[in-house]
Amino acid sequence: MYFYISRSGTIQRIAIILTVIFISIQISFASEEAEHTNNQKEGFNAGEMIIEHIIDAHEWHIMTIGHTHVSVPLPIILYYDGKLDIFMSSKFHHGHKSYKGYKLVTEDIKTQSEEERKGDIVRVIPGTMETDYNAGLPLDLSITKNVAAIFISLLLICIIFISVGKAYTKRKGQAPKGLQSFMEPIILFIRDEVAKASIGEKRYEKFLPYLLTLFFFIIFNNLLGLVPFFPGGANLTGNIAVTGVMALFTFLIIIVKGNKQYWIHIFNTPGVPWWLKIPVPLMPVVEVLGMLTKPFVLMIRLFANITAGHIIVLGFMSLIFIFGNRSVALGYGVSVLSVGFGIFIGLLELLVAFIQAYVFTLLSALYFGMATEESH
Amino acid sequence: MELVQPGIGLVIWMTLAFAILLWILTKFAWKPIMKGLKEREESIDEALHAADKAREEMKELKFSNEQLMKEAKEDRNAILREARKVKESIIEEAKQQASSEAKRIVESAKENIQYEKMSAITDLKNQLARLSIEIAEKILREELSTKDKQKELVKKLINEVNFN
Repeated sequence: MYFYISRSGTIQRIAIILTVIFISIQISFASEEAEHTNNQKEGFNAGEMIIEHIIDAHEWHIMTIGHTHVSVPLPIILYYDGKLDIFMSSKFHHGHKSYKGYKLVTEDIKTQSEEERKGDIVRVIPGTMETDYNAGLPLDLSITKNVAAIFISLLLICIIFISVGKAYTKRKGQAPKGLQSFMEPIILFIRDEVAKASIGEKRYEKFLPYLLTLFFFIIFNNLLGLVPFFPGGANLTGNIAVTGVMALFTFLIIIVKGNKQYWIHIFNTPGVPWWLKIPVPLMPVVEVLGMLTKPFVLMIRLFANITAGHIIVLGFMSLIFIFGNRSVALGYGVSVLSVGFGIFIGLLELLVAFIQAYVFTLLSALYFGMATEESH
Repeated sequence: MELVQPGIGLVIWMTLAFAILLWILTKFAWKPIMKGLKEREESIDEALHAADKAREEMKELKFSNEQLMKEAKEDRNAILREARKVKESIIEEAKQQASSEAKRIVESAKENIQYEKMSAITDLKNQLARLSIEIAEKILREELSTKDKQKELVKKLINEVNFN
């Protein structure tokens, strides 16, 4: 394939790089699953494979060659019965061994008396590999795959934006250059089109750092989540805990910064007949519910969009192995179609990555604007 | 670990990490960036404003230049007018002087001529007188060259004299 790269075609170059990344996603997923099916003779379970890829884990699985799992062990931090245990996840040998009275659950079990979920860490009956159902779950503060991904993205974002910030102090009053000129239009867009437009010229400044941090954290992790190999690949913005925490931040800021007008609007909505407020506070209840649904919807929207994209791509890849298990030729035939669709969905996901980061930021800004609106 | 159930550990780590990220970026990135952007925008604004002002000033300067030019032109015209007047008056004066001088010269010439004429006339008179005397002498001498003539003259003269 021949790409014409014009001197000013930075966008073109970025597009090419992203395309290459997407192609490699498909290949890496494909190869990973090929190995999966090879060593699991009992067959390929698409649902299990997909869930495995999008949920958190205690180790960072990179690939499996033959029977050896190549994965980065991550620290496990457990708090149980007033005792803090810290050790590496490699001590569990992918769930084959127990360590310090803990073990890694490898299969979902749900009966009336016994319930445990794959990937959880539970107490074992001393000396055995049996789960101690009476012991209760330890508080799991481990540096999981997603926590590690948070740290990696944190480091990346800090390095990038501190250097951009330095460029502004170093090159005072000059035209932007390099990374600075790449980030500046985005920063200006968030400032002018999101913060200023939604919150207002007067009050936008105190919300701007949060909005910028939010936007860049989401966009970076959305994009990193699309990269299949090591530093990327964690489904961070498709994790409900992560999106939930960001929504919680927005919610807390609304509560802290909300002005008198805003609270009056919630508890004594103007223009509503009194009997809707007293004796049964119907309107306040509705308003408070509305207050809570806003961050809840923020959380669900980002989580669902990102996770859905990943599931679709993984689903297309799974098709190759489902058909491949029937006949190798069929598998190869389907792979062409699957990879094609996978690339299409991947590009769609790229669009979604930007849109969702923008939507989360824009809605947060709108809520801040509503909470700080002056009386009209 | 489940898809829709947030893990406590992840929630705690995410809260911590996000708060730290927010703090670090606010302090070391957004503040200098916003300051830099604002400063640049202000300097651009200022530059535009200054350009506007300069244009205005140029306009004023041009206007005053024109005014100056106009004044200078008027001054020049006035000076030229004055000079013309002076020139005319000088010429007039010179003309007058010349004509009076000419008159004087003619007058004196006339006087001279008169004088010369007079002296010539006087000279002529003197010459004539001398010639007359000479002629008279010659005639006398002729008339009185003989004794008879001298006697006759005396007789005549005596005759003319009346003794009354």
